[in-house]
Amino acid sequence: MSAPKKHRENINTGNYIFNKKGEPLIYLIPFAIGLLIFTVYPIINVIIMSFKEGYRLSGSFNGWGIGNYTHVLGDENFISAIKNTFIYVFTVVPISTILSVIVANLLNQKIKGMALFQTAYFLPMVTSSIAVGISWRYMFNLQFGVINWALGLFNIGPIDWLGATAGEAPWNIFVIVIFGIWNMMPFTIILLLSGLQNIDPMYYTAAKVDGANSWKIFKRITVPLLAPTIFLTMIVNMISAFKVYNEVIPFWSGKAGVLGNNLYTMVYWIKETFYSKLRLGYAASASIILFCIILLFTLVQKWIQKKTDY
Amino acid sequence: MKVTIEHLTKRFDSMTAVNNFTMTFEDGKLIALLGPSGCGKSTLLNMLSGILPVTEGKIYFDEEDVTDMPPQDRGVGLVFQNYALYPHMSVLENIAFPLEIKKVDKKEREEKALEMAKLVHVDQLLDRKPKQLSGGQQQRVAIARALIKQPRLLLLDEPLSNLDARLRLEMREEIRRIQLETGVTTIFVTHDQEEAMSISDKIVLMKDGLLQQEDGPQELYDDPSNLFVANFLGNPPINNLNGYIKDGYFVLDDDSGKIKINNPNAKDGQKAVMGIRAESVMISQDEDHDFEAIVKQRYTMGKEELAFLNIGNQTIRVYLSSDYVVKEGEKVFLKLRNKGIFLFDDESGERI
Repeated sequence: MSAPKKHRENINTGNYIFNKKGEPLIYLIPFAIGLLIFTVYPIINVIIMSFKEGYRLSGSFNGWGIGNYTHVLGDENFISAIKNTFIYVFTVVPISTILSVIVANLLNQKIKGMALFQTAYFLPMVTSSIAVGISWRYMFNLQFGVINWALGLFNIGPIDWLGATAGEAPWNIFVIVIFGIWNMMPFTIILLLSGLQNIDPMYYTAAKVDGANSWKIFKRITVPLLAPTIFLTMIVNMISAFKVYNEVIPFWSGKAGVLGNNLYTMVYWIKETFYSKLRLGYAASASIILFCIILLFTLVQKWIQKKTDY
Repeated sequence: MKVTIEHLTKRFDSMTAVNNFTMTFEDGKLIALLGPSGCGKSTLLNMLSGILPVTEGKIYFDEEDVTDMPPQDRGVGLVFQNYALYPHMSVLENIAFPLEIKKVDKKEREEKALEMAKLVHVDQLLDRKPKQLSGGQQQRVAIARALIKQPRLLLLDEPLSNLDARLRLEMREEIRRIQLETGVTTIFVTHDQEEAMSISDKIVLMKDGLLQQEDGPQELYDDPSNLFVANFLGNPPINNLNGYIKDGYFVLDDDSGKIKINNPNAKDGQKAVMGIRAESVMISQDEDHDFEAIVKQRYTMGKEELAFLNIGNQTIRVYLSSDYVVKEGEKVFLKLRNKGIFLFDDESGERI
């Protein structure tokens, strides 16, 4: 009896960091240091920056205040960036989710040559979106593009996807939306496919014996049972869609739309303000606004997700 | 509804799961498909439900040929081994789901579902999700869901295997009660002979895809057609002795003992297995006895005694009436009762 007790006393009276409370801390330190330097410090720094008025890379500083925020929210291009980003998020995320659910459901069947289809659908994931974007640029071409050619078969178009007429470029946003949907689907399909494979096939058998047809099974069994995975992908996709930037770059040689200012997205605007105009304060406050928007929508989705939990 | 199957066969590649079954399940009866795992009993059930296509043979519901009919048109209610309750639906929605598929309007199907819930005693749990129910309650909901369409035939796949011992007893009485109340022809699959014996009207005993015997539980116990049937039914299991027939006696293989038999079919010199049920032996006080044995061990169990007896070099386990107290090592004279004594051919296992 006495030996273990003594052992324990030794631990407690030794170096305090080795006692029971301190020990886990030691294991956490290497990771925690990285986290502090590369995540926590930059976030805090951005918040601080966003309240420094007139802050530029040169170090000029006119005192504290919310001037950056009022300036940014008064900036015509930033307001248009918010609008474009919202259009992008609320078209790309729902459409790519719906299409992915359908495709994942088809890929979940046992058909010959399925590996070929699966590879085809997952291809966008392993390609660089900038590089593929350039080939999409040719597909969207007014005269030679395959998309206009295909639409021509149905007597539609040709549509000037990438260009502008009389200072208006209404089709530009469709380009990044279509490209964004295509880009978002593979990852979504992979997640949904794993969700589908976790559904016990006996539910399908049970529903079939009860006389349910495939549409009814899809609607009443598959989708509800897949709902947790669908919500997961929607949250992840929404966060990434709010940060849309890469999708704009290939089509107009790095400009924000054919007119140079008609297709700002929030991240595009932030990047331009930070790197080209070197207005650090404006960029920081815009980043915080973006962060708050993403946080708000994520919380709303989390709240809805909880209601579908069973 | 009466179910008739004719030469029903199911083959998976080279394996024959169900081999040439011909039988009739009478209307309104509770029938057990019994056998060790892998004997094809679930395959047979799935062919009746229509989930599995038939390789050869015919299935008739009453006079109607349903062999190629899809499951939803057969009017069968199916209860799965794991119940397969939809986790995202409440108990009420689960029970009403088959009617939802049939596009019955909401009010009517909820009324029907409530009626079914009352029948199986889950009417207090209608708003719960399956996850919030115990195994027995889930089983009840699954039965209610299967019954709501008013099926012609109710099929249960290992209905009790996922329940603990106490619930198992309770649920098997419940299945019997529900079956009697609704009068629906019911077929269930089990590997537990006690379960099958206790509640069914008829047992279909299978092994390796072959029908061994079909009859009432008591008939099966009293009159097994082969060694497998005799061994599969009964607790404690039947005693088996190996030997041969000679001059009206069953002689043990090593000639170390013999038992007087009265079986006109037994031929001299035939190799045989003798099956003796534990309750089929009694102590004989006088010289009129069928065999003698030495008491190896005995355990008092209240109204009777469990004794291990050595007949020559083989041991049997029997229940003796406690009127006569035997001692360990004592030599006793024993008589066989009329019931529970069987001779089987050593090679084929068929009853002699």
